[in-house]
Amino acid sequence: MSGAFRVLKRHWRVFVRTWRHNLMYNVAEPLLYLAAMGFGLGALVQQVDGMTYLQFLAPGMVALSAMYSATFECTYGTFLRLYYQKTLQAILAGPVTVRDVVFGELLYGTLKSVLFGSVILGVVALLGQIHSWMALAIPVFLFLPGALFSQLSVAYTGAIKNIDHLNYYITLVIMPFFLFGGLYFPVTTLPGWVQKLNWLNPLFHSVEVCRALSFGNWPIRLWFHVAALLLMTFVLLPLPLRLLKKRLIS
Amino acid sequence: MKDVIVAENLQKHYGNFHALKGVSFTIREGECFGLLGHNGAGKSTTMKMIYGLSTVESGRLSIFDQRISLTPPAIKQYLGVVPQDDNLDPDLPVLENLEVYAGLFGVGRRQAREVSREMLAFMGLESKEQSPVDTLSGGQKRRVVIARALLNHPRLLILDEPTTGLDPQGRHLVWQKLRNLKNEGVTLILTTHYMEEATQLCDRLIIMHEGLVLTEGTPVGLVCAHVLPYAIEVRLPLDSIPDDISDKVRQFGGETLQVMDSLFLYANDGKALWQQIGEWGLPQHACFLRRSTLEDVFLKLTGRGTEE
Repeated sequence: MSGAFRVLKRHWRVFVRTWRHNLMYNVAEPLLYLAAMGFGLGALVQQVDGMTYLQFLAPGMVALSAMYSATFECTYGTFLRLYYQKTLQAILAGPVTVRDVVFGELLYGTLKSVLFGSVILGVVALLGQIHSWMALAIPVFLFLPGALFSQLSVAYTGAIKNIDHLNYYITLVIMPFFLFGGLYFPVTTLPGWVQKLNWLNPLFHSVEVCRALSFGNWPIRLWFHVAALLLMTFVLLPLPLRLLKKRLIS
Repeated sequence: MKDVIVAENLQKHYGNFHALKGVSFTIREGECFGLLGHNGAGKSTTMKMIYGLSTVESGRLSIFDQRISLTPPAIKQYLGVVPQDDNLDPDLPVLENLEVYAGLFGVGRRQAREVSREMLAFMGLESKEQSPVDTLSGGQKRRVVIARALLNHPRLLILDEPTTGLDPQGRHLVWQKLRNLKNEGVTLILTTHYMEEATQLCDRLIIMHEGLVLTEGTPVGLVCAHVLPYAIEVRLPLDSIPDDISDKVRQFGGETLQVMDSLFLYANDGKALWQQIGEWGLPQHACFLRRSTLEDVFLKLTGRGTEE
């Protein structure tokens, strides 16, 4: 595993040089959603599950930012490193294994997810939308969805050869996660079968946990969300390894 | 002398494409070994097998006396790799590119900076330390890639077309640096499309074609073995060359070789042939007499020419 951390160090050096540009889409976008929905829709909606609409919305933006950060890094970022910059091949010529290279990607995606999720958490806390010290556990929790979104993204990126095909993933996978994940309205308003399907939606679990933590709640059912994320992470792990290996080793 | 690499009957398929059809060679410690061949001959596949981007499908590959199927980090630790593409990190300036790469070898930050500066200086790029990669010329990028390959003081340096795209100055500079490295005892493996480069640098080489090794030897030895010592290039359109020229050259004791639209005449006594060609209808001003080179061997063996 030490090889993977050496790969991560490379990514970190690049991050230190480029984080300002990254901040734009990873942080600005959730904040724009928060502003538009919070003030716009919030004026129409009095209360959701006993919270103001902004309170309901804010933790979801943390989870959203975390998903975006991991997803963009491990789709477009990984694709560039694989096909355009050939950074991954350069790294692999060094004393590391394919597994190290793949884990390096996953660790980087996870780390960015936690970092940018935490930045949004800080911002919504400053806006007075966080109500419990338990919210401090959110960054720790974000490692889990961060790892899962990174895995999904690396696996998909390893499965395609054309950068345009990343759009399918964003539109057909990430968008439904985001629209039906309970960010803007409680999932209980959705038809029963969509609610069931939502158990396959990592963002749904992530939003539920972030929202509960920011209000200082930890009902038993949250363990099911955490377990679902853990299970998916565990089951899907071989996928990015196998698919990216195919691209790197002939 | 010890063998650094032993390849026996290496095979590789990519789908239906049979990239290597049984490639064998041995590389000895401290020598510069060349792999020549057209694009698609199997050179890069062979190189990738050595530096761990391709698995050995069948056959046997030993590096530093260890048989491998996919080169492990423990061996890559001692390799320096100059791949065909300049895969430098465009997000980082030159010095950081090297530091990050040195970091992969588990070197601490200060030591990484030291060795990176040392290798940039060795390649004559001290002034480019802070330059963004995309401001460098093609030749400078190539030199940075070579500097990067030297960070771990490799025992074996793998160079996949190290001077493609360089201007003559750049090429000579790289050659001189590679000679220095060889003098320090580093084993070099080189692929190139430039026969002059192979002649200048390689102690021994193989010529590959369609996944097979056609011949092996020293640059001089291969010229002696495969072509007559003198060559005349006929720089005329084929339709203005007399039809019976091949017969006449053969009767003279020479050989001809047609490569695409060009004709080459070969003889033991170049001067005597040179005196003759005017009478045969080939004006001297349209011809050029020279000693035969590795290029002639390459053209003859790799079959783009039809020998007569």
